[in-house]
Amino acid sequence: MDLNGKLEHIFILILENNLINKKMKNIKINYLRNSLLFGLIILINSSCERDLSDEARNATFSKTAEIFTDGPVAMGTNFYFPYGPDANNPVGSKFSAWSIDENVSYKGNASMRFDVPNSNDPQGNYAGGILRIDGAGRDLTGFDVLTFWAKASQGVTVGEIGFGEDFYPNKYMTTMTNVSLGTAWTKYIIPIPDASKLLNEKGMFRYSAGTQGTNGAGYTFWIDELKFEKLGTILPLQASIMNGNNITRSTFVGVKSSVTGVLASFNMPNGINQSVNISPAFLNFTSSNTSVATVNDSGVVTPISAGTAVITATFNGQPANGSLIINCTGTYNNAPTPTLNPANVISIFSDVYSNVPVNYYNGYWQPWQTTLSSDFSVLGDNVLGYTNFNFVGIEFSNPTVNANSMTHIHLDAFIPGPIAPGRQLRVLVVDFGANGVFGGGDDTRHSTTFTATTSTPVVSQNWISIEIPFSAMPTLASRSHLAQIILEGGDNSILYLDNIYFHN
Amino acid sequence: MILNKIKHKIFIPTAIVFLLISCTKDEKQTVVTKNNLVMSDEFNINGAPNTNLWSYNIGTGANGWGNNELQYYTSRPENIKIENGVLKITARREQYMGAAFTSARILTKGNFETKYGRIEAKIKLPRGKGLWPAFWMLGSNSDTAIWPQCGEIDIMEYLGNSPTKVFGTVHGPGYFAGNAITKSYTLPNSRFDTDFHIFGIEWDENYINFYVDDVLYNQITPFNVTGEWVFNKPFYIILNMAVGGNYPGAPNSETPFPQEMLVDYVRVYQ
Repeated sequence: MDLNGKLEHIFILILENNLINKKMKNIKINYLRNSLLFGLIILINSSCERDLSDEARNATFSKTAEIFTDGPVAMGTNFYFPYGPDANNPVGSKFSAWSIDENVSYKGNASMRFDVPNSNDPQGNYAGGILRIDGAGRDLTGFDVLTFWAKASQGVTVGEIGFGEDFYPNKYMTTMTNVSLGTAWTKYIIPIPDASKLLNEKGMFRYSAGTQGTNGAGYTFWIDELKFEKLGTILPLQASIMNGNNITRSTFVGVKSSVTGVLASFNMPNGINQSVNISPAFLNFTSSNTSVATVNDSGVVTPISAGTAVITATFNGQPANGSLIINCTGTYNNAPTPTLNPANVISIFSDVYSNVPVNYYNGYWQPWQTTLSSDFSVLGDNVLGYTNFNFVGIEFSNPTVNANSMTHIHLDAFIPGPIAPGRQLRVLVVDFGANGVFGGGDDTRHSTTFTATTSTPVVSQNWISIEIPFSAMPTLASRSHLAQIILEGGDNSILYLDNIYFHN
Repeated sequence: MILNKIKHKIFIPTAIVFLLISCTKDEKQTVVTKNNLVMSDEFNINGAPNTNLWSYNIGTGANGWGNNELQYYTSRPENIKIENGVLKITARREQYMGAAFTSARILTKGNFETKYGRIEAKIKLPRGKGLWPAFWMLGSNSDTAIWPQCGEIDIMEYLGNSPTKVFGTVHGPGYFAGNAITKSYTLPNSRFDTDFHIFGIEWDENYINFYVDDVLYNQITPFNVTGEWVFNKPFYIILNMAVGGNYPGAPNSETPFPQEMLVDYVRVYQ
């Protein structure tokens, strides 16, 4: 099998050589010789490895270095993909931001031109996207940097320039942030964190440029001679995970966490230390306790039993700064699954019903709120997780909820930590009144208090299913414009909430 | 059949490669071959440097050895020792005798002085702004003939924030400091702080050739200097790592400390 594969490989190369010979008959003889030499070298190398006892070797891909010289190089037909809409950019990148400029070039007769739009451009308020090979990927193992020449229409800082993004799975991304461009052509070097992993890459280039630094005014920058190179003058220094911090995460069996905040720094040929944001997959991960949590080669951590495991990483053989400490409290105990008919429910948060529009599940109300959000999902069950809980507000005011046909509010609460005697949990329901907005003198609310002694007792380590009839909320004057649910009575410990809805 | 054809063709590209190599050596320089080893320190015995060959410069000199250098040179093992077959000169960021950094400088003055020869050392250099290691020579009459009259041959000077480049330089009367006769050599595909490299001169009457590894990159003759040629007399050898000063500037927050200059050997051939 192995032998067959290799022979076939050699055979194809010979065929290609013959093909080149025929194609180039009318061209300079030197080219012909070079191509023949190339063929021979590969043939000899391959021939030396034809022993049956050899390990199987993976197929290799094109080692082409150039991405753009005077035009895209071996990129195929459909290779430019602008970024689509996201939470911060409802329109996405302006589609026409990228073009080939045949009037401007560092070398040759064309460059890539990026027209960053004004921040109020209706066709897109920034420029960003990827160049992805339309076809087979490339083998980048022989390179150590991505280089290009660039200049801009004015001095400007471009947010992100890098490579490795292919939209799926984006396994090996590298990004240089805040790239300062001047008005004269300058060479830029982005180190490849570990080229030995880049056997088949399609994401050749990525960029994202906005107008945050230009008061919303658009500008143009050009990139030319974009290619991978082997410089040999880049010294890898240290990497860090979790931005160099030791981050503790409380979690459950099966709830996956990802290593994030991965940076690597390199000493460049000009003596400057250059830091780049990189994908976790460039590092090698270790779990201190694989019976508690395992970690895969992309830094995704899977807890498998109760206990503590520390996830650390190495880069270039050196330990990376920072760690992810997984405190697994065991198997997650799901909240009772709601059984009411959806027609009888107005849902604020559940996986069973369609939720009404919710402004937020944590208003971070200043100055007194300490509660932070750490929402999580266990095998498809989404849960609101609150840490440092003292109080928290959930708002659904756009539009407000008319619950006149409803009779109760329901929510499930879970307190994983111990409960001090007398610990209260208060549930406030707020109506914004006829004006439908906060304040204005017509807001009303009712607070219901639960303690260890109430009929729905506050307990630890068990779901507390809270049911409050509107009839028991005398100070809530109306439920035509319900807009907030507030939880109070925290002792700065952890609270989970699930299945929040009004029903009849 | 195909194989035969290709075998036949291979000679043409090989010839081209050969020609290219020949071109790089065709520099019309006088090249001597000195193979008689007259002095070597292989740094194979752990501990302090051999006092029969090396002595120390201690302290901060006058005006930071004339360059406003920031280090205090000591003979402590923290700054200089032989370990695992190499001489380690270690620059440290520490308060010591009023200085902010310590390091070391050793010299063969009075113990080994040579007129002419192939003088070379294999060295791995440090990294970081403000570090200024050197392998160099001063004229043996440096106590009586005021610098630059005594002459100075800098076989290798390097700045830690320029990890691919070294300098070879001569200083003499009329050509010194900013007007010294100098040339740099840049490694094409590697760095001086990741591996050992050989730095040397081939020096004979009326010329000094500078090389790194197997690359001869400069020749200086009396024709090149803008003053008296002061290099037809004995010189002694110096190894040191300065910190800061007029030439490299001060270390910055990214300069890692401690940093080592590692010397595998120093050899002199006649």
